[in-house]
Amino acid sequence: MGNESFINAITSKAKWVFSETLKIHRSAPETRVASALSCIEIFSTLYYGDLIKYYPHDPLNSDRDRVIISKGHGSICFYPILADLGFFKMDELKNVGQEGSFLGGIPDPIIPGYETINGSLGHGLGVACGIAVSLKRRKKNQNVIVIVGDGELNEGSNWEAINFAAHHKLDNLLLIIDDNKISMLNFSARIINAAPLSEKFAAFGWEISDIDGHDIPALYTAISTCLKSRNKKPKVISAHTVKGRGVPSLENKPLSHIMNIKSEEIDEILRGI
Amino acid sequence: MSIPLKTMRDVFIEKLHGLMRERDDIFFLTADFGSPKLDAMIEEFPDNFINVGISEQNLINVSAGLAIEGWNVYAYAIAPFITMRCYEQIRVNLSLLSLERPMNVTLIGVGAGVSYDVSGPTHHCLEDITLMRLLPGFTVLSPSDYVTAEMLPEYSLREKGLKYLRFDSKPHSPIHNAGDIDFKKGFVELKYGEKILLLATGYMVFVALQLHEQLLQVGIKTGVLDIYELSNPDNENLSGIMEKYPHIISMEEGIIGRGGLDSLLSEIIRLHKLDSLLHPVGIKNEYSFAIGSRNFIHNSYGFGIEHIKELIMSIVRS
Repeated sequence: MGNESFINAITSKAKWVFSETLKIHRSAPETRVASALSCIEIFSTLYYGDLIKYYPHDPLNSDRDRVIISKGHGSICFYPILADLGFFKMDELKNVGQEGSFLGGIPDPIIPGYETINGSLGHGLGVACGIAVSLKRRKKNQNVIVIVGDGELNEGSNWEAINFAAHHKLDNLLLIIDDNKISMLNFSARIINAAPLSEKFAAFGWEISDIDGHDIPALYTAISTCLKSRNKKPKVISAHTVKGRGVPSLENKPLSHIMNIKSEEIDEILRGI
Repeated sequence: MSIPLKTMRDVFIEKLHGLMRERDDIFFLTADFGSPKLDAMIEEFPDNFINVGISEQNLINVSAGLAIEGWNVYAYAIAPFITMRCYEQIRVNLSLLSLERPMNVTLIGVGAGVSYDVSGPTHHCLEDITLMRLLPGFTVLSPSDYVTAEMLPEYSLREKGLKYLRFDSKPHSPIHNAGDIDFKKGFVELKYGEKILLLATGYMVFVALQLHEQLLQVGIKTGVLDIYELSNPDNENLSGIMEKYPHIISMEEGIIGRGGLDSLLSEIIRLHKLDSLLHPVGIKNEYSFAIGSRNFIHNSYGFGIEHIKELIMSIVRS
């Protein structure tokens, strides 16, 4: 990937997504903003990088790639992307968390572009395995992409699915870990230390890439390589990220998950962009 | 002529296997639980079968993934494990998700009540009627015999949605003629009686029929009704039968007073303002490590056939 203007275009979209995410949080403070700020580049690269097929006016078109957002609570940054791509009207972003809106603090599949239930953790990967089996069984070439948080990997159901995916050689399955190192109450490593995560996935038979999850060219290369590969192995990208990235009062704070950003800080950050 | 004994799972799987020859939209998943008839299905349709291993959470999640892609999915495991080990997966990825993503998933739990008698309380399933009735969107079917079980593959393919099938693990003789089974109605009136109706589900229908015969000897004529649809039976029709009896004895191999068959019936009594008195028979809210035959376990829980007879005699005397 050497097209600088293409990367610049994704980068500028990611900046816009960052601003919009803060605006959503300002009007809906109950949203889990720190968790959404760590995966902006992941979503932006995936959706603006021409890496996957999606159909904004026909979200369940059978030719789409399936994106399962298992860390649902931490995906409000995906709302502006969906609106920008035409899944729903941009105006709807003002209604997040409001009565009658389909955009909740935690997204549900009533939102065009969301495939499954999110918010209760550890569900996405297993469901994705079923979808991946179905695509293979029908000889379809689409990919299934799952986005999880590192804290979410504490859930044992993930490891049932990790075993399953390798056994069934689901090479159409890509797991992206938004490894922002912080769970709800503390640094993940101080709760249940998952290290060495890469070695664990390798031992389970997965192909792993370890990258900086804010580095758009690195994300682009890793995702595009994984999605093209059909080597009988499921893929995992461990994307090292910073929880609350871009907001000084949240960045790397162990309790950032349950912290809100003050309106004045949001205004200040937005003025600086 | 000897009456053949068969297990519900074998007749169900054999029937489904036959249907798989006519259509390529069926997936059968198991959590490492088998049956001789399943071996034959796997041999002929290996690509429509997955053993997920001993991992019920993943069993449900993979089933959900296949189902939203349009497959008719059957997930098969021991009853307490396919309901309670993965209850939240069922709640989230089947019950909730099916609101937005229509799916046809049939969960087959083998080992209703204490049918795995000597295996002990981990393998007994006393809570599933309550738990599965509780989940929106689920049809709960608790057949008493293999004739009913054999009709479930066609029914489950025809009526899309979420179903939980509560199968006995033991081979039994048939009770019904296939023509008498109507899943929309949800029950069959087997014996007409006076004053007392034994309204049973699953294995307890055999006990009810036994009681009926024994009590006839002493001049007591109880009605017997097999209810196999425990989520939404034809209430109008059922209440019409119930109102003829001043006493109704609900019989289930499960915990009573907590949302099972007895709760379903008390709700019908309330809604239809019936005068019938309900006497729930089953397991009071407790567990037991009693080891022994099914009858022994029923007795140790206090709902053996003699206990029920005593209850009936006390009603007759009253």
